[in-house]
Amino acid sequence: MFRKVAIGSLALAAMGAGPVLAQDISLKLGVLNDRSGVYADLSGEGSVVAARMAVEDFGAADKGIAVEIVSADHQNKPDIASNIAREWLDAGGVDAILDVPTSSAALAVAEIVAQAGKVFLNSGAATTDLTGAQCQPTTIHWTYDTAALANGTGKAVTEAGGKKWFFLTADYAFGHALERDTTAVVTATGGEVVGQVNVPFPATDFSSFLLQAQGSGANVIGLANAGGDTVNAIKQASEFGITQAGQQLAALLMFVTDVHALGAETAQGLSLTEAFYWDQNDQTREWSARFEEIQGSKPTMVQAGVYSSTMHYLRAVEAVGSSDSKEVVAKMKATEFDDPLFGKGYVRGDGRVIHDMFLFEVKKPADSTGEWDLYDQIAVISGEDAFLPMRDECNFTK
Amino acid sequence: MGQLLLGLINGSFYAVLSLGLAVIFGLLNIINFSHGAQYMMGAFVAWMLLNYLGIGYWPALVLAPLIVGATGIVLEKVALSRLYKLDHLYGLLLTFGIALILQGLFRNYYGISGLPYQIPASLSGGQNLGFMFLPNYRAWIVVASVVVCFATWFMIEKTRLGAYLRAATENPALVGAFGINVPRMITLTYGFGVALAAFAGVLAAPIYAVNPNMGADLIIVVFAVVVIGGMGSIMGAIVTGYGLGLIEGLTRVFYPEGSAVVIFVIMAIVLLIKPEGLFGRAA
Repeated sequence: MFRKVAIGSLALAAMGAGPVLAQDISLKLGVLNDRSGVYADLSGEGSVVAARMAVEDFGAADKGIAVEIVSADHQNKPDIASNIAREWLDAGGVDAILDVPTSSAALAVAEIVAQAGKVFLNSGAATTDLTGAQCQPTTIHWTYDTAALANGTGKAVTEAGGKKWFFLTADYAFGHALERDTTAVVTATGGEVVGQVNVPFPATDFSSFLLQAQGSGANVIGLANAGGDTVNAIKQASEFGITQAGQQLAALLMFVTDVHALGAETAQGLSLTEAFYWDQNDQTREWSARFEEIQGSKPTMVQAGVYSSTMHYLRAVEAVGSSDSKEVVAKMKATEFDDPLFGKGYVRGDGRVIHDMFLFEVKKPADSTGEWDLYDQIAVISGEDAFLPMRDECNFTK
Repeated sequence: MGQLLLGLINGSFYAVLSLGLAVIFGLLNIINFSHGAQYMMGAFVAWMLLNYLGIGYWPALVLAPLIVGATGIVLEKVALSRLYKLDHLYGLLLTFGIALILQGLFRNYYGISGLPYQIPASLSGGQNLGFMFLPNYRAWIVVASVVVCFATWFMIEKTRLGAYLRAATENPALVGAFGINVPRMITLTYGFGVALAAFAGVLAAPIYAVNPNMGADLIIVVFAVVVIGGMGSIMGAIVTGYGLGLIEGLTRVFYPEGSAVVIFVIMAIVLLIKPEGLFGRAA
């Protein structure tokens, strides 16, 4: 179950590098995510690759920091995630846990990491509770959350005239959270929610729910779901002529791998929010090309987030000169970053990372020059506008 | 009204899939747990034919079931045929293991997000029926599945070949004594059941996400359909397939949260009242 991706050669190189370096730190990073289920493409092995790239690009070995990376499959189940995290932290000597998609699993791991006094660099999970009601001093939530998605897609669509919303909501914690946060943004922007339906998760056939949405009189159908559910819903909406009949789809959480799965033909015109897209600038293109060479696909924002959070963590370790979690987290929160993939940003006191988010529209097939040439950037949403402000429900920040 | 029609469309998939299962169980006494994976393979083979060889939907509708059916025949020859003398459980475990291997292989090479497959141009668009917009492709699914179901039923229940098959299940030794090659007939029957699964997979490819887990999500429901209809009953599988599609469709309107469970509730009730299933013969 555990796959060791030993960067042993780096450690050896460090030892054999002639003069003994002042710092001699060894770190163990554990990438805990979905390696076989619905989120395996957007996190999975790609996140391990991203973490390894961060260690190499940082030049850890030359700086006297030996890094070992381990990984495991949490199967999107909180209990399995908890067990692995406990084993890693108690017996495995892991200093930081990375990625952890699936909100319920991420919340469980956050608590265990806090008890062990280690570091949690979350990239894959969506819930705002990680830096809200269930925040931990050791948690850093890097890439995105449900509020940022709502403030991106929800706001943009409502402002563009989509005032009446109908939600297709995946019937579990994540779906309800996404619907709640988007509803808040929609009503604040002058729109209204005319109805919703809870769709059992996971679902294959959405035609019945789409027909209900069609009959509701809404002009926007908000998809508060993820992965295969979103892909199926969009595929079938196009089939049933929903969009041609004047209703607009808003995919509230969609990754570039999902759009790739749909194909530009079906997905064209969709607006969606992401923290990262491979084709934004020279730096993202260069990094993504190297990533693709190893992994065989373009990176998702979750994988990019694993790279950037690992990088920021390693810089803090170097600056502090130790792997002591308290000092490292304090250093991470005190230092602003200018990251090749996420641009300028900072880690807020509650662990929320503030960086720009982007509103994209899926290209028409005619404008797309390759299978991964999928997005046009529509707008930049500044980090302060995208993420929620610090909340009182987070205890340790008071 | 629109919702009833949608239920009927979903019922078409249940009917074709449970029909394949019922054929295999009724005639071979094998509980084919790899049926979902073979359905998935049907969709993937259609995608491969299009993307590697440029073969479109219509030829794929014939070719993919043939190709996947052939893999079924190999599987039967190499592995399943050794298990007939043993308990059902061994066949179930073997086919379940094969399903996991197939899903793992496809996941390894194609990832989990799925692959795009377009509706054929001749069936895109749809008709406005007044009460709903019916995509042409969905109408085609209903027609295709009704034809396939009826043809299968007719072949097994009304033709000489079907009579041989049924006789071979009752008493293989006696039928063999009449000079009929029973093992080959059984092999071909398994191949046919698998081909039905692949056919449903090709039908599904343009409207559902083509991904390695597409069959795993569906197979449990299909098993419930077979149990409700009566294990091994051809007519039972067809009728309950459509019927449960309708019931599920209605649940989606009146109590959407329960739509994933309703089929299993019905299964529990049927098992309590009529354990052999609605159309099954009492053992």
